[in-house]
Amino acid sequence: MAQIIVVTSGKGGVGKTTSSAAIATGLALKGKKTVVIDFDIGLRNLDLIMGCERRVVYDFVNVINGEANLNQALIKDKRCDKLFILPASQTRDKDALTKEGVGGVLDELSKDFDYIVCDSPAGIEQGAMMALYFADIAIVTTNPEVSSVRDSDRILGMLQSRSRRAEQNLEPIQEFLLLTRYSPARVKTGEMLSVEDVSEILAIKLLGVIPESQAVLKASNSGIPVINDDESDAGLAYADTVQRLLGEEVPFRFLTEEKKGFLKRIFGS
Amino acid sequence: MATQSLELKATSFTLSVLHINTHDFNAIAADLDTKLSQAPQFFIGAPLILNLSAIESHDVDLAALKQLLTDNQLIIVGVTSANESISQQAKTLGLAIVKSGKQAKNMPAPTKETKIIKQNVRSGQQIYAKNADLIIFGAVGNGAEVIADGSIHIYGALRGKAMAGAAGDRNSIIIANSLDAELVSIAGQYWLAEHLQQHCSDQRGCIRLTSDTLMVESLPQ
Ligand SMILES: Nc1ncnc2c1ncn2[C@@H]1O[C@H](COP(=O)(O)OP(=O)(O)OP(=O)(O)O)[C@@H](O)[C@H]1O
Ligand SMILES: [Mg+2]
Repeated sequence: MAQIIVVTSGKGGVGKTTSSAAIATGLALKGKKTVVIDFDIGLRNLDLIMGCERRVVYDFVNVINGEANLNQALIKDKRCDKLFILPASQTRDKDALTKEGVGGVLDELSKDFDYIVCDSPAGIEQGAMMALYFADIAIVTTNPEVSSVRDSDRILGMLQSRSRRAEQNLEPIQEFLLLTRYSPARVKTGEMLSVEDVSEILAIKLLGVIPESQAVLKASNSGIPVINDDESDAGLAYADTVQRLLGEEVPFRFLTEEKKGFLKRIFGS
Repeated sequence: MATQSLELKATSFTLSVLHINTHDFNAIAADLDTKLSQAPQFFIGAPLILNLSAIESHDVDLAALKQLLTDNQLIIVGVTSANESISQQAKTLGLAIVKSGKQAKNMPAPTKETKIIKQNVRSGQQIYAKNADLIIFGAVGNGAEVIADGSIHIYGALRGKAMAGAAGDRNSIIIANSLDAELVSIAGQYWLAEHLQQHCSDQRGCIRLTSDTLMVESLPQ
């Protein structure tokens, strides 16, 4: 039985797709057989970030509608043979995702995967609701600013009332906070909320803090999830996050401003 | 299956009690006349209980009294607070001896229910405790609403809206571990965030209603 993880946020553009790609890759690199599913029907970003957009033939909606089977639609990652991608359809609308359809696909995937990572679209509409409905674990992706925190709180309410686990009175979804685009310098000047502030308001377990980093954009452009870049702070922070997800105790890093070296101070950075 | 011929079910009724304050039957007859002409619909045909405690020390002819009242179309079903002689007469006349509602008065007032929420109330969620107090173990987030007909106790921070005494109970209070609310209201009197901040800043406190304004009372740390 696979663990179903939803990467969700409410607010758009906070880093859900970036995080889904990184975390799914990280789990696969740790030897877990993982599939990452794009629930953002009509937009389709995940395959770009994963660098497999040219290999998309069938998609999630084709499988739900019985127009293709899972084996035809799943794309095997180029770099890691434990990792698969189920892309979104670019032509259908979000109502194509029905509870029965999604449930059926997840059930089938559950049989031979360890982890199913669901990349949720923004908002609280059908697509986002379907992405979180079947989840066992929720990674609530949040930027350190007021509106993102508010939307994350809203999504936590949905997880507790509108998910399968809530409706069937099962053990609640495990909720984790992933703070992304964190900039210690801007926290210091009061432009951004601190890790402590956000943790206190949302009151869920902190899974990771990903610094704002140039490496993320570079990774997206080259279609290689940033976790593969072990030279970058964001890549390392995602690797720590995956370890914590697997139950390891890992100290948090990149929470304070990086001290500039002697040369950088003279020549600027 | 045969139905039972009898069935005993407890049901309570409200009965009027007629207090007899004199043993002068002529005076009673005269007063009855005026009362009945003023409000006949109130008395005629209504079952009544007689209370004779005011004339306990006198020997009263209960049969004659009953006749007088029956002639005036009053239906006497029993007597209450009767002395020995009256009770005896009541028995022969087939009237019930009714205990006055002393026991009822001593019954505890119905306790208000309490609704307990054991987690955070998140943005977009609304909790309503109808006819009840509301206790929340967690925090109430921005954009969340908690409403109670009674009082509201929040063990975490109150960052959203809290409305106590929603059905008008002015004795309701709101207690929170941090009063950082968007709105607090008791029986319709409300403060918005700015107003609240003039009275307290983010600390623990109790909000209550005095005459027509809200006030914040600090709590021991
Ligand atoms: N840690 C980071 N540092 C810098 N830029 C980042 C970081 N994380 C994400 N971004 C950038 O933010 C933008 C949005 O990221 P992403 O697409 O992952 O967000 P999303 O939550 O999936 O958005 P949507 O709600 O539209 O699906 C992208 O341009 C991405 O490169
Ligand atoms: Mg996305």
